[in-house]
Amino acid sequence: MVGESDVVARIVQRRPDPTRLLQILIEAQEELGWISPETARAIASGLGVPITRVESVVQFYSFLYDAPRGRYRILFSDNITDRMLGSLALFEHMLKRLRLRRGEISADGAVSVDLTSCTGMCDQGPAALVNTRAITKLTARRVDEICDLVRGGVAIAEWPADYFRVEDNIRRADALLGSRYDPGSALRAAIAHGRQGMLDEMKLSNLRGRGGAGFTTSVKWEGCRNAPGAERFVVCNADEGEPGTFKDRVLLTSYAERVFEGMAIAGFAVGAARGLLYLRGEYRHLLDPLEAKLEAMRRGRLLGASICGAQGFDFDIDIHLGAGAYICGEESALIESLEGKPGKPRIRPPFPVTVGYLGKPTVVDNVETLAQATEVALHGGRMFAGRGTKHSAGTKILSVSGDCSRPGLYEYPFGVRIEQVLKDCGASDVAAVQISGPSGICLTPDEFRRHIAFEDVPTAGAFMVFGKERDLFEVARNFAHFFAHESCGFCTPCRVGTALMRDALDKIADGRGSRYEINELMRLSELLRRTSHCGLGQTAGNAVRDTWLKFRPAYERRLIRGEFDPAVDLDAALARAREIAGREDAAAHIGAEA
Amino acid sequence: MSATDATILIDDAPVPFRPGQTILDAALEGGVYIPHLCHDPEFEPHGSCKLCSVVVNGRSASACTMKAAAGQEVEVDTPDLHAYRRTLLQMLFVEGNHFCPGCEKSGDCQLQALAYDSEMMTPHFVEFYPRRPVDASHPDVLLDLNRCIQCELCVRASRDVDGKSVFALAGRGMASHIIVNSPSGRLGDSNFSAADKAAHVCPVGAILIKRVGFKTPIGERRYDLEPISEEATRCAVEVAK
Repeated sequence: MVGESDVVARIVQRRPDPTRLLQILIEAQEELGWISPETARAIASGLGVPITRVESVVQFYSFLYDAPRGRYRILFSDNITDRMLGSLALFEHMLKRLRLRRGEISADGAVSVDLTSCTGMCDQGPAALVNTRAITKLTARRVDEICDLVRGGVAIAEWPADYFRVEDNIRRADALLGSRYDPGSALRAAIAHGRQGMLDEMKLSNLRGRGGAGFTTSVKWEGCRNAPGAERFVVCNADEGEPGTFKDRVLLTSYAERVFEGMAIAGFAVGAARGLLYLRGEYRHLLDPLEAKLEAMRRGRLLGASICGAQGFDFDIDIHLGAGAYICGEESALIESLEGKPGKPRIRPPFPVTVGYLGKPTVVDNVETLAQATEVALHGGRMFAGRGTKHSAGTKILSVSGDCSRPGLYEYPFGVRIEQVLKDCGASDVAAVQISGPSGICLTPDEFRRHIAFEDVPTAGAFMVFGKERDLFEVARNFAHFFAHESCGFCTPCRVGTALMRDALDKIADGRGSRYEINELMRLSELLRRTSHCGLGQTAGNAVRDTWLKFRPAYERRLIRGEFDPAVDLDAALARAREIAGREDAAAHIGAEA
Repeated sequence: MSATDATILIDDAPVPFRPGQTILDAALEGGVYIPHLCHDPEFEPHGSCKLCSVVVNGRSASACTMKAAAGQEVEVDTPDLHAYRRTLLQMLFVEGNHFCPGCEKSGDCQLQALAYDSEMMTPHFVEFYPRRPVDASHPDVLLDLNRCIQCELCVRASRDVDGKSVFALAGRGMASHIIVNSPSGRLGDSNFSAADKAAHVCPVGAILIKRVGFKTPIGERRYDLEPISEEATRCAVEVAK
């Protein structure tokens, strides 16, 4: 029998590089189920790093476990769109059938069931992860079947393939999603432009980053190219963690060669020979197909040395996996994670274009941005800039989910009105649309004539539709729990503030909140916006503020009329004392109903 | 008054700076106090406590990480920023277990001193009362993480000065906590020494040298004698001379 230490030794010795620590831990856990103290020690000594380095990484990422989690680790996606599809009832149903509490491991060590942040299957939820595999379209029947499979000890590889089917659901295709693509054509076009020529086309294109911030891509590329240093990197940010976004998943499923070619084109333009794709752990199911695609591209001379026969155009790509940390979508946190560390945002400036991966100049671009770079290479910058609006060139892919009859991907030229998207996706009686996820903006019908564009309503792509019957207070509360769970903990306002906001909303949900809590929420939201270290904290209060301003009755009907209700429920605080004393009589209660 | 090539304006007063200096270091040397907890000029800027939040040319920034540059107009002492700082202090108080009257660091504690300086009258928020064990395993040093504010000064000192990396911050969000580099995870089993730099940088009472806690009586301690805003600028000005 192969021992644990042999497994660790084999994994570590393949590439004993501390910057690979996160990858090593993920591989070790896939074989061993969890990271035991012995495993952690063996990895630390194999890499020559302090044990604290290993522990701090294990404890940072949600999908790494320093305690056994059962042979089947089931995590229900807990985005609001999953909830709207009935995920919580299914979650409770599974817990009941398996006789478990949330997060508890069954007595036989077989299974644990818990919640996780959005898994990016909002158009085909309710979704879950079983170990590293994504499951879609959960139903009560499917949950029952899974319980039987778990009880029967059936290996996940033997489970019906239907469970793991992930659809693209492309509902509206435009320039990028709709065109036929000849692999290698963008690379050859870029080579024909030349390195400077390609950069010039990028400038003409006015392509802006599709990850949400909308920074002009050519400025980033030029900054990286001009930064001092011999070695440069191109990083593709596929840590698509913003709840409600799933476009990058589809691009990596069915348009992967365009993403990879986009990375190589970036490398060509800035003078980088190495690319890294950071794939969120929730998309683990895409790893093997993507590796196969890279291998095929290498065989076809579309990656590797002298790409397409062009002397000096050398570029290759490594894929790194994430392990459940939304914050790694922030570019400097992502770089930290690529270096095998906890994903905590760096101090900026310096920005990654000058000091990035391993301290070297690095371009970090979103999956969609890089795919769009192939459009620029193929058709030229002027043509690209001709679509969309003056300040937002080209097309944008929206991930549409929630209350509509046709959830999925919609690609539009920038400038499309919200109402057009709603009409196309089959949404009627809409109360609100949350654009760009929990960190974005909540729009109401009087704003549906606004446009998707950097100069009006910017977005990373999430477009969650809420019908008239939805409770926007619960939407905001779901988002607040998300941020408190995902705060990296580095800075005080976000670490403590997101927890305080979560608790204030829970108090209101309990029917014990008053105007006092509302004032506190507004004050905290402003503090976080002004003092947080990165975008996570700065935007964590947006949804509460938006929904309070626009859906006040959803809050007011929960508020008590008084100015204040104490946070401490004295009677509840005595529960433990009553339990110890074995009393339940009236005199053992405080403030009982008269 | 206007800013010259080597000065910035802090609350309308010109303050000189040296190239490469942060706003916070320039301010302290120039006798202007900006509250801070995770910053110590001896170590790399960190920027996590956010007490030094200021407004630079209309935009929010951390004075400890932002480099001073000619033409900057920095707002420090405004009612808004003052309120933010007080709230941040309250957050630090409620996320840990801080019982000043019974704490042997009382009077020498920067968190306590800043709270007084900011006129913080109550912790304001509901206490989280986290369960954090005390580690008394080391013969000469007590590690009481109930008081830890996660400034990572000990992490930086042990790694960058002592070359030992005894401490690291692990976990995420509110579960973040200091861990110790030893087989058992206890300080007594590490190579930590009371002579280490890391034993003397804690701004609160999380790392305490044993047997000297009350050598200086309460009432005669550093911040009993002068407020932190005056003490910090006086020290910075003296060091700069």
